[in-house]
Amino acid sequence: MTADAPILEARGLSLRFGPVPALDDVALRVWPGEVVAILGESGSGKTSLLRVLSGALPADTGEVLYRDAAGAVVPVHGSGEAALRRLARTEWGFVHQNPRDGLRLNVSAGGNVGERLMAVGARHYGGIRAAAAEWLRRVEIDPARMDDLPRDFSGGMQQRLQIARTLVTRPRLVFMDEPTGGLDVSVQARLLDLIRALVAGLGLAVLLVTHDIAVARLLAHRLVVMRRGRVVEHGLTDRVLDDPQHEYTQLLVSSVLAA
Amino acid sequence: MSAAATLAGYNFAYLDEDTKRMIRRALLKAVAIPGHQVPFGSREMPLPYGWGTGGIQVTASVIGPADTLKVIDQGADDTTNAVSIRRFFARVAGVATTERTAEATVIQTRHRIPETPLREGQILVYQVPMPEPLFRLEPRVAETRRLHALGDYGLMHVKLYEDIARQGEVTISYNYPVMVNGRYLMAPSPIPAFDNPKMDRMPALQLFGAGREKRIYAVPPYTEVRSLDFEDHPFEPPRPAAACALCGSRDSYLDEVVTDDRGGRRFLCSDTDYCAERRAAK
Repeated sequence: MTADAPILEARGLSLRFGPVPALDDVALRVWPGEVVAILGESGSGKTSLLRVLSGALPADTGEVLYRDAAGAVVPVHGSGEAALRRLARTEWGFVHQNPRDGLRLNVSAGGNVGERLMAVGARHYGGIRAAAAEWLRRVEIDPARMDDLPRDFSGGMQQRLQIARTLVTRPRLVFMDEPTGGLDVSVQARLLDLIRALVAGLGLAVLLVTHDIAVARLLAHRLVVMRRGRVVEHGLTDRVLDDPQHEYTQLLVSSVLAA
Repeated sequence: MSAAATLAGYNFAYLDEDTKRMIRRALLKAVAIPGHQVPFGSREMPLPYGWGTGGIQVTASVIGPADTLKVIDQGADDTTNAVSIRRFFARVAGVATTERTAEATVIQTRHRIPETPLREGQILVYQVPMPEPLFRLEPRVAETRRLHALGDYGLMHVKLYEDIARQGEVTISYNYPVMVNGRYLMAPSPIPAFDNPKMDRMPALQLFGAGREKRIYAVPPYTEVRSLDFEDHPFEPPRPAAACALCGSRDSYLDEVVTDDRGGRRFLCSDTDYCAERRAAK
């Protein structure tokens, strides 16, 4: 694996939902250890792009290439469901906006974190528990609550649990869809802090979808701004946000409410 | 029983030849892919679902005039279901029947594996109420098929993990999930977990029929059958620390029998043939 080869590369992605273009000739590259935010308003195609990139949705045209830990280039579409599932549970992680989509609410917190370990073959109960306790600690959940059900957790705790469950198998690439959506601002700030520390500490590549410019500013190295399925602007986060070139980005930046 | 005593107007072993051929095809496929559930066109049988319609169809398809049939229900040869099914095949196929495990060539069973070790050439037919081991964990049947196809069994281990986290041990005492040949997760039908080790590398052929769910699966002779567990919580089949009140066996699976209304109880072998043989040998 070389640092100058992208971990994920998409070329010429197009997708239409009937007459509505969700993606229009989108190209994207993510390098190892880099956080890329996809920014745009509701309906701009950013979640569709995330789903296409992660193989959950087939594109009409274009290709997505993933470079795995061994350095082999895997086409995300067309390598089969089994290969995709293997990637999804070993080298990738998903953090959903709604923690209920990413957690098993009737399984204890420890079981939720342990599930990914068991899915990749961990068969030592004590080892799984120790790893789960360690990860709960890292996401600032009291390990004493390990055997509690996530449905009894607060929204912020559920989201942190989801992050622990995702990162426990040390993925190389994490897809995040509005990870701080639906949380109040103080909880959101702590979660962002946590994500930033974990991502930097583990050297993860992250593809982050958000409509929140503050989230993008805090987490992302690079920004991709989307509108009506097209990438209208991309570049380093500070450059795009401080000196927006495209009129839509200018509108987006200027519409942030100051407290 | 002589052929003259068989019922007139019925084909040999009740099912018509085309149906038997269809079931045998499913059986061949099931044997070729150990532990994989093969769909088949389950027929209406002259007994209700849940009483062994799957097992009885499998037995009807594999039994021949020269076979000797034994039928057990919870280990016993003399319970209603066992007696009825045994008499059914005696009347529609005219086959010899026995209560001795060693003398039988085909054994249809509900909820037990005989204590006497089975040998090559014998066929053990299980009646299965629910063939899907992931049932109760994943409600969508289509999704369970996908999990089987991809060998994605983390869900089952989460269930075991939760049991240990909450109860300190795996609380499944019957229908304990097994991995067959290192590939397919399989429900061993509701046999006690005590019987699971007998399935591993059994010299006899094991066939499973689920009539209502319309599935057949199989474990060929000498196939590895491993009960799921954790390295630090190995699979330990539960057994009451008691001896059979009749034959004194400390190795067999025991039924607890309440003898009065003042808390009196005895443990008896669940396998009646095994118990009777031990008593006869004394």
